[in-house]
Amino acid sequence: MSEPLLRAVGIRKSFGHLDVLRGIDLEVHRGQVVCLLGPSGAGKSTFLRCLNHLETIDAGQVWVDGKPIGFELRNEKLYELREREVAKQRRDIGMVFQRFNLFGHRTAMENVIEGPIRVLGVKPDLAHKEGLALLDRVGLADRGDAYPAQLSGGQQQRVAIARSLAMKPKLMLFDEPTSALDPELVGEVLAVMNSLAQDGMTMVVVTHEIGFAAEAADRIVFMADGSIVETGPPERVLKKPEHERTRQFLARVLA
Amino acid sequence: MAVEPLPIVRLRHWGRWVSAVLIVGLLAALIVTLADAQIDWASVPDFVLYRVMIVGLVNTVLLAVIAQTVAIAIGIVIALMRRSANPVAVWFASGYIWLFRGLPVLLQILIWYNLALVIPTLSIPLPFGGYLLNEPTNVLVSAFTAALLGLALNESAYMAEIVRAGLNSVDSGQTEAAKSIGMSPGLTLRRVVLPQAMRVIIPPTGNDFVDMLKGTSIASVIGVTELLHAANNISSNNLLVMETLFAAAVWYMVVVTIAGFGQHYLERRYQNNDRSAAAQAARALRAIPLSRSARV
Repeated sequence: MSEPLLRAVGIRKSFGHLDVLRGIDLEVHRGQVVCLLGPSGAGKSTFLRCLNHLETIDAGQVWVDGKPIGFELRNEKLYELREREVAKQRRDIGMVFQRFNLFGHRTAMENVIEGPIRVLGVKPDLAHKEGLALLDRVGLADRGDAYPAQLSGGQQQRVAIARSLAMKPKLMLFDEPTSALDPELVGEVLAVMNSLAQDGMTMVVVTHEIGFAAEAADRIVFMADGSIVETGPPERVLKKPEHERTRQFLARVLA
Repeated sequence: MAVEPLPIVRLRHWGRWVSAVLIVGLLAALIVTLADAQIDWASVPDFVLYRVMIVGLVNTVLLAVIAQTVAIAIGIVIALMRRSANPVAVWFASGYIWLFRGLPVLLQILIWYNLALVIPTLSIPLPFGGYLLNEPTNVLVSAFTAALLGLALNESAYMAEIVRAGLNSVDSGQTEAAKSIGMSPGLTLRRVVLPQAMRVIIPPTGNDFVDMLKGTSIASVIGVTELLHAANNISSNNLLVMETLFAAAVWYMVVVTIAGFGQHYLERRYQNNDRSAAAQAARALRAIPLSRSARV
């Protein structure tokens, strides 16, 4: 089998005395969709934030496309990188947040083209053209001039996805992308994510949407108390969970 | 049975009538008193345009604009230091604000003005002999410079707190989103955080600038020819004290009013992310050629 696109080894993280992650291992291959499930407080979001170094890691390493995130490999040693250098590594890793986090002072289009123009140095004309295609892809080609405050939650989240895609990332991280949405707006965001998955985007998704996980995920990782409890294809983990923790969780969520 | 609509007697606001008459009466009394006062009103417009008054006006505006600009620059640096991860920087920034906010601005100006008494020459030696700077202090620190230093450093402590409040007002999610699309810390600050902090920073800064325009009058104490000093200059010759003070007052009102307009314009410019009718009208205007009031 080929080298995995994402390889996380022994990730540990604590906030003060609280051990949030107690040694997490995860491998994701190109084109795979992995869904992280588990009760709140399990450390799913923290783990996701470690993958693009939004959180520093106490122990363990994250490798994306053969490069250690947050570090540089020289003479068999990992040297910690400056924030400026980490920023360059993050270009390849898109992230979608629970609270959307669109830039409030910029229009939808400006949000999408900010990264390509300012970070990648794409010519404004080209960035605009690509931006329009991306907004069209998330079904918002006609809302490019709207400010985030003028968009619904679902529309904001779709713009946020377009903003991430504009950087042409190799890997996309989704941190509970539908948890802050009104129930009737969840579907439009999941539809965009589903089409991304079908187009072969490599995705790691923290979600409570069991239906989405069942449909889109190649693999499900069930976490509790900072550890991975069990992992496997959705039909097995969701239908025939091996562990009591997983059964309890699924019983509560699907009730 | 048909019900006759009964006539309605509106409430009479007697209190409003009484207070309105009182206010108008008091104002009339004030006008009569001033008209009776021994003021040579006709001379006021002349004093407004006296040469020394214009010099005073220029100095007042220069002092205020330069001091406020320097204060904003220092304030941003101190605010960033207070938010930095370096404990020494945090400690220094807190001490800086504590000191310069704690001392009266007049006292600060006097200290700068009298620096030559304790440090006769200011010099910056170069590593291999010679000096980058080696001048008598009283040549370097003129009265104008002393006033500028006092006003700017005092205000910079306030600006640091205003900028810090502005930066804190921007949700941390904005920074995380900027990081996630690969923006460096500097780019994040310039493109994402500061523009949004402006909404919080501009109103109190405009307020402080109005204060600064008036506060320059303190520089008259050490002989800087700003508006108040200019007025005193004129009245020491012709003894028309009130008339010259009124002339200075006219100029203060003019510059303060202009500053108010400037603040209003800036607030508009940085408010373009809300859905108020005014903001939408401003956006619509921007779409019309030849009316580009702001970058898109």
